[in-house]
Amino acid sequence: MENKNNLSWPKCWKHSSKPHNFCPGCGHPIILKQLGHTIDELGIQSNTLFGIDIGCSLLAWNFFNVDTIQTHHGRTIPVMTGAKRSKPKMVSIAYLGDGGAYAIGMQHLISARIRNENITVIIVNNANYGMTGGQEAPTTIPGQITATTQSGADEFFTKGPELLSGASESPAYIARGSVDNPIQLKGFIKKAIEWQMTGKGFSFVEVLSFCPTNWRTDAKATIEFMNKLKSIYTIKEFTKENK
Amino acid sequence: MSKELLTGNEIIVRAALNAGAQAFFGYPITPATEIMAEWDTFYEKNRNNLLFLQTEDEMSAGFATIGAVVTGKKAFTATAGPGNILMQDAFSMAEAMQIPIVAIIGQRGGPSTASVIYSQQELTLTAFGGNGEGYRIVYSPSTIQELYDYTIKAFNTAWKYTTPTFVLTDGYTLKTRTNVEITRPKNLEKSFPMVLKSNKRGKKESEYVNLRNTYSVEEECFKNNKTLIEKWNKIKSQIEEHEVYELNKSKKDTLIIAHGNVASSAKQALYDTKKKSVKLFRPITVNPFPINALKKELKGIKQIIVTESANNQLLKLVKENLYGLNIPIKTYNKPALGITPEEIIELIKKNK
Repeated sequence: MENKNNLSWPKCWKHSSKPHNFCPGCGHPIILKQLGHTIDELGIQSNTLFGIDIGCSLLAWNFFNVDTIQTHHGRTIPVMTGAKRSKPKMVSIAYLGDGGAYAIGMQHLISARIRNENITVIIVNNANYGMTGGQEAPTTIPGQITATTQSGADEFFTKGPELLSGASESPAYIARGSVDNPIQLKGFIKKAIEWQMTGKGFSFVEVLSFCPTNWRTDAKATIEFMNKLKSIYTIKEFTKENK
Repeated sequence: MSKELLTGNEIIVRAALNAGAQAFFGYPITPATEIMAEWDTFYEKNRNNLLFLQTEDEMSAGFATIGAVVTGKKAFTATAGPGNILMQDAFSMAEAMQIPIVAIIGQRGGPSTASVIYSQQELTLTAFGGNGEGYRIVYSPSTIQELYDYTIKAFNTAWKYTTPTFVLTDGYTLKTRTNVEITRPKNLEKSFPMVLKSNKRGKKESEYVNLRNTYSVEEECFKNNKTLIEKWNKIKSQIEEHEVYELNKSKKDTLIIAHGNVASSAKQALYDTKKKSVKLFRPITVNPFPINALKKELKGIKQIIVTESANNQLLKLVKENLYGLNIPIKTYNKPALGITPEEIIELIKKNK
């Protein structure tokens, strides 16, 4: 049943693992809540394998009453590829941070897109490496201060959905959402998983997320930094359909 | 049972199929590439039942193998040298979570890229690579027939003990073409899923599996290590295998220790010299190392000769396991180079 306002906990919520271990103000729980509602609505709780990377995302290893497997940094996509190819009827979801996806696991991400693996990849972009203490990520924006860009980051950064859109001619569901618009985000996640469930191939959602701990921001400054990220990283669906 | 003329690489695929293997993920590297090409030959004919993916790199091959294994498929990979280094990423996860993957290691020269066809320098890496302590099973077959037999065994052992299992071989053995007896194994271990065991589950937390290899506190991590140690100590004596080769039962004063290809040379040398005072001890499982079996063979032994196509890998294992014994150990070690029976005959003469 659709849960329009997202006010209640998802049914697949694992209560014994709550309160969760994410920092106060972190965006992960917002994303996971939308994913949980999506799993409920699609009725795929018993048929989903949720793969989790190293980094802050690993704190989701016991977040749901959904079978999970947590692996090494950047390697979630190959694990979920092997699992999906081996059991095509299940729903295969890879959950990674921006470092896992765009730095150490980039070859896996690009290859999964090019090979049109029938999996759903959800990337959490908080513009830094959270778990290790706020170092520069592939998504750190120009001028951003991090533990390893102390006088401000250079002008180079990674736009995942744009890159993946251009990486192959084949159709794919690709979108970028943000945690400050959870209803829209849930729509993107749901479309991505449905894309996989109908056997259409690769689906991908990047989510702009809060990291007040490492951004060193209060509530107001967190929203301001999110708006800055949104001015650089366009929120939209990049979906390529069959012509 | 039938005899077929096959290369080592082809034999491995026959063995894997006869052991019930359903999936292969790999990345080309000499001298193990032909395993993948041979798998593809069978895959093309049987796409409904077999899986194959040539991945973007060895990390991906190793982790995709893990992905297939956790869903219940008998899956394997094959690699060598620098590929073996990269695959340690996946192997250490398989070790930590005791995921029954099977990997064929075609040793090539080291260190680094080095040479492409032969060495015994991947023993330590295969058995102890990663940030764990080697809770993995490693078979070192000595002949091509054994390559067939122990590849089948590797799948059975992996799934029986849910432990990652390796067949440690080399390019000489893999590229040799010879007659092999293809026997159908009588008993095969069944594979089983570690996740998604049922499609009809309810609200109970205990119905869902959350697998991880990360721990937030030291005590939790220590507990996992203790579980691994206890399991290893319990199963290792059931897994250990060795061979003693001697011409007759007369008194021996010299013990040669060798594994894999070099052990074959040593056997041939003993046969050719008819030397009755020398015997060969060959660990078939280099991990777990057959310590007790080795100790039993030491009665009356005045000298041990360790010979390997590495400088200090089998030697380390021997020394570690024979700590406290005062038998002198001599070495004949040639990293990345083959050792012929003639050389071993000379070695035996020199060390009379």
